[in-house]
Amino acid sequence: MRAPPLCQMPQDALSIQHVSHSFGRFQALKDVSLTVPRGGFTALLGVNGAGKTTLFSLITRLYDNRSGRIEVAGHDLRRQPGAALARLGVVFQSRALDADLTVAQNLEYHAALHGIPRREARARSLEVLAQVELSDRLHARVSALSGGQQRRAEIARALIHRPEILLLDEPTVGLDVKSRAEVVALTRALVRGGVSALWATHILDEIRPEDGLVILHRGEVLACGNAGAIGGDDLTATFLRLTGEAA
Amino acid sequence: MSHRLTPRMWLTAFLGIARRETLRFVNQRGRFLAALVRPLVWLFIFAAGFRAVLGLSITPPYQTYVLYEVYVTPGLCAMIQLFNGMQSSLSMVHDRETGAMRTLLVSPFPRWFLLAAKLVAGVIVSIIQVYAFLAIAWFWDVQPPAIGYLAVLPALFLSGLMLGAMGLFLSSAIRQLENFAGVMNFVIFPMFFASSALYPLWRMNESSPLLHDICAANPFTHAVELIRFALYARFDLLSFLVVSGCLILFFAGAVIMYDPAKGLWARRKGGA
Repeated sequence: MRAPPLCQMPQDALSIQHVSHSFGRFQALKDVSLTVPRGGFTALLGVNGAGKTTLFSLITRLYDNRSGRIEVAGHDLRRQPGAALARLGVVFQSRALDADLTVAQNLEYHAALHGIPRREARARSLEVLAQVELSDRLHARVSALSGGQQRRAEIARALIHRPEILLLDEPTVGLDVKSRAEVVALTRALVRGGVSALWATHILDEIRPEDGLVILHRGEVLACGNAGAIGGDDLTATFLRLTGEAA
Repeated sequence: MSHRLTPRMWLTAFLGIARRETLRFVNQRGRFLAALVRPLVWLFIFAAGFRAVLGLSITPPYQTYVLYEVYVTPGLCAMIQLFNGMQSSLSMVHDRETGAMRTLLVSPFPRWFLLAAKLVAGVIVSIIQVYAFLAIAWFWDVQPPAIGYLAVLPALFLSGLMLGAMGLFLSSAIRQLENFAGVMNFVIFPMFFASSALYPLWRMNESSPLLHDICAANPFTHAVELIRFALYARFDLLSFLVVSGCLILFFAGAVIMYDPAKGLWARRKGGA
């Protein structure tokens, strides 16, 4: 048995232990271990192609995890997939809302996929849209929303079944500076409210020193722990040095 | 929150998926019109032309000579379901390309259930289309017995499930929307034309025994015959068995293909 990973903590919202994944001969993830503490904001930092989306696909069971172990709020993803997925809220990198339907219809659909009856879904829709400050767009078609609003609607969708952990796969990609700041601030507010978040990104200024940080590069975890402790005064320089991208 | 899925939660999930399919269908009025216009063109124009050149002897379940329009109607009902099944397949590929499919697949419900719910929802939509077509056809002197309209319901449900499951299975293998044209050319058209939808099998046998055998082996032929017999309040056991068997095969294939551990996606990068 291997030694426990650097950042294992009690009461983890998400625990990933020794997970590897290959596409044919290409090994996308190599013995990845990381944890997301309950009520914490953890950034998964890596350049494009680092393996972030593959890792998310394994956590969400879009791909089958054949090695290692993934636990969501203490539920083994392989043995109790329903229980594990019920505790996950996911914001995918690409749009996952139905553009032809209204925000309310999308939220009710997603709630139904978690077995939440329609009446309760309506009440929860109002609740989560207030959280993401989109209450006035309840009956707007998704196609009529701006990019930033669509992202916030995606977050509302991911929250409607009251998950314990939010997975956000590069949620600010394609957004303007203002919308980006809003989405980051919104997620941090949710974390302060008790939700745990795993935030995949390649943008370093989205990370704060007090955040958890996992640096993923070419499918391997290079560093895992507190962002301030890993990055010191200059996270950019540390990241470039660790990934071998420094000039 | 309890993670046990109660029967009420299963029902809620099914109704949610069915509602979404219905909303999408209602939002796409063009799709409804196309689904109706296509068989009506065949009925009003093609059948009228063929009526003069294609003689039909007494063929079960008909107990007398029938007009070609009457003969072709069950085939056109099945055609509506065939196109609806392919439309569902297209929408699955579209959902996969846009990422909407992921929302469905990360649900805590088992994947077979999610696929089955989507399949049944699509079949309900196709049955509405078929009844709308039959209502118009009634004014065109295609008037099966009143009981037939009721008896055909389970047949339509079963044939719709089989054709929808086939679409589901195909959607798992289609990588991009652009490839859908291939499905039209290599699946829909051969299935439709090499069947008993437009001509009785004995007619086919007169021109080519090989083609007759191909048509007889075509699952779509059996879907047509199941509907044809049911529309006249009769039950065709062979068609029922073939359609049921094909439904099981296609659906099992789709479940395997959409399984993250076993399907093609297990070997694909970005497949979801």
